[in-house]
Amino acid sequence: MSVDTSPRTTGPSGLGDGPSLKQPSLPRRTGTFTAVAAVLLALGFRALGFGWVPAVFLAWLVVVIVVPLWSTSVEGSRKAIDRLVTILVTSAFALAMVPLAQIMYTVVSNGASVMGIDFFTFSMRNVIGEGGGIYHAIWGTLLITLATTVMSVPIGVFTAIYLVEYGANNRLSGWIRFLVDVMTGIPSIVAGLFAYALFVVFFGPGVRMGFAGAVALAVLMIPVVVRSVEEMLKLVPNELREASYALGVPKWRTIVKVVLPTALAGIVTGVTLAIARVIGETAPLLITVGVSDSVNFNIFDGRMATLPVFAFNSIQSPGFPPGPSIDRAWGAALVLMIIVMLLNLVARLVSYVFSPKGER
Amino acid sequence: MAKSIDVSDLDIYYGDFLAVEGVTIPIRARSVTAFIGPSGCGKSTFLRSLNRMHEVIPGARVEGKVLIDGQDLYGADIDPVAVRRQIGMVFQRPNPFPTMSIYDNVLAGSKLNSKRMKKADADVIVERSLRASNLWVEVKDRLGKPGSSLSGGQQQRLCIARAVAVEPQVLLMDEPCSALDPISTSAIEDLIHELKEQYTIVIVTHNMQQAARVSEETAFFNLAGVGKPGRLVEVGQTTKIFSNPDEEATEAYIQGRFG
Repeated sequence: MSVDTSPRTTGPSGLGDGPSLKQPSLPRRTGTFTAVAAVLLALGFRALGFGWVPAVFLAWLVVVIVVPLWSTSVEGSRKAIDRLVTILVTSAFALAMVPLAQIMYTVVSNGASVMGIDFFTFSMRNVIGEGGGIYHAIWGTLLITLATTVMSVPIGVFTAIYLVEYGANNRLSGWIRFLVDVMTGIPSIVAGLFAYALFVVFFGPGVRMGFAGAVALAVLMIPVVVRSVEEMLKLVPNELREASYALGVPKWRTIVKVVLPTALAGIVTGVTLAIARVIGETAPLLITVGVSDSVNFNIFDGRMATLPVFAFNSIQSPGFPPGPSIDRAWGAALVLMIIVMLLNLVARLVSYVFSPKGER
Repeated sequence: MAKSIDVSDLDIYYGDFLAVEGVTIPIRARSVTAFIGPSGCGKSTFLRSLNRMHEVIPGARVEGKVLIDGQDLYGADIDPVAVRRQIGMVFQRPNPFPTMSIYDNVLAGSKLNSKRMKKADADVIVERSLRASNLWVEVKDRLGKPGSSLSGGQQQRLCIARAVAVEPQVLLMDEPCSALDPISTSAIEDLIHELKEQYTIVIVTHNMQQAARVSEETAFFNLAGVGKPGRLVEVGQTTKIFSNPDEEATEAYIQGRFG
């Protein structure tokens, strides 16, 4: 059988008879140009005497109307809609970034002034007015969060393993999922009151200890861990489980040696996000752990200071003069933010190191 | 060390749904038996019931008898884990463990079961298994690389090496070449020819030529009708099935006059 290799002749031009594939379009850098124009417009409206918010809004409005109209006249309606939606999505992102940038700026600009060796190495014991530090609160936060993590991660991970590997849509796992969802919605103050009431039963009224705070935070953290780990375990392909079973590996070993390692990166990320969720909780710690000016390394005995409660208390009862105390509150908030950021970095690193090789 | 399998009157269910009905088939030791038939007729389901992988799916169960050298596979005192150690399986899509190196993937059967072995013994098993699956020459210089860094065909041969490394008595292959190019397919068929000296091999395939090339016996599965369970139509010598089958349906399917 011979194969026809002669070129196909489709029309006098050699390009075929169908409609041309070429279409007019806006200049390639229209996106960048649009952004620059929006900024210039906003500055222009500002110069005309508008406030910042109306100026930005007017500039945005002009861009949203002009660019799609221009695009319609040159490129047609499909591309015009594409440009309109691109602008809407991008501005939604920018809008979401505004509070984040604002918070970062406020906390850093207010909190940076108190940063120094003393701030990290001194507690507030016998400090009135200027000076003092958050050494005690950093330790309190780290110890209580560590105790919370030590309690929540095993319970959360084991629950997730049950839900994904054993519970396969039976009635009990349905109930667990429902209750976990309910737990996710518990207000933190309720968790604090629960832990306080629980510890009062054993230690009598007025009990204050770091461990009670850790229990309250665990109530908040467990559902977050369960849900995120459950999602991660579901992502592990069933083929890997079957491959392991087919080699004569029992189910529990398959879970320990195949499923968990494959999902490890995601699990670590989920746990870190859960820690970030509880490390800034104030209300439950205020009830269960209380306020302290001194260093206390024993989470099973007595009041402890924690960063969020320290910040709250420094603002709430600053003493006289109030300035230094309020500065310290901002400093504590900044340190808390830095701790959460460091945790996220560590989680990224851990995910990178443990993620399945060859798929990076 | 190879074992024969005797299946008599096996019904396979997913919950209330009868997927495969009344299969009776003898599978000889040290030979290759091929299952052919249209998609969805229960070949893979039946194959999975031969090493109790079927019951990994919730609600799945079987009725009937599967005898491995006289032992009832579905007897009350049979441990499915022990069964799977003796009856290995290669899947349709290559599934090396992404967290393990090539070397560890081959040894996965023992590593996952935490068996201790000397480094020298382990090296011997890895080399022998990879040579058996025609992969040794290609990977011997990068055994520490992740298994997922190999090409699809190499991954599939890695999975065969992994199944062979635990020295099973029976090897079940579920369309092992369906995702492979002709060269890798040919390498795997050569491998099947070598492996049948030692193992009982059962292979599901959609490729008639492949069934004709590699198998001694061929079984044709078909659906009794739309919505009805799959059943075994005919089983016999491959040469006979492909030249002069007893059933009209078999001949129609093999000649491509199906559906």
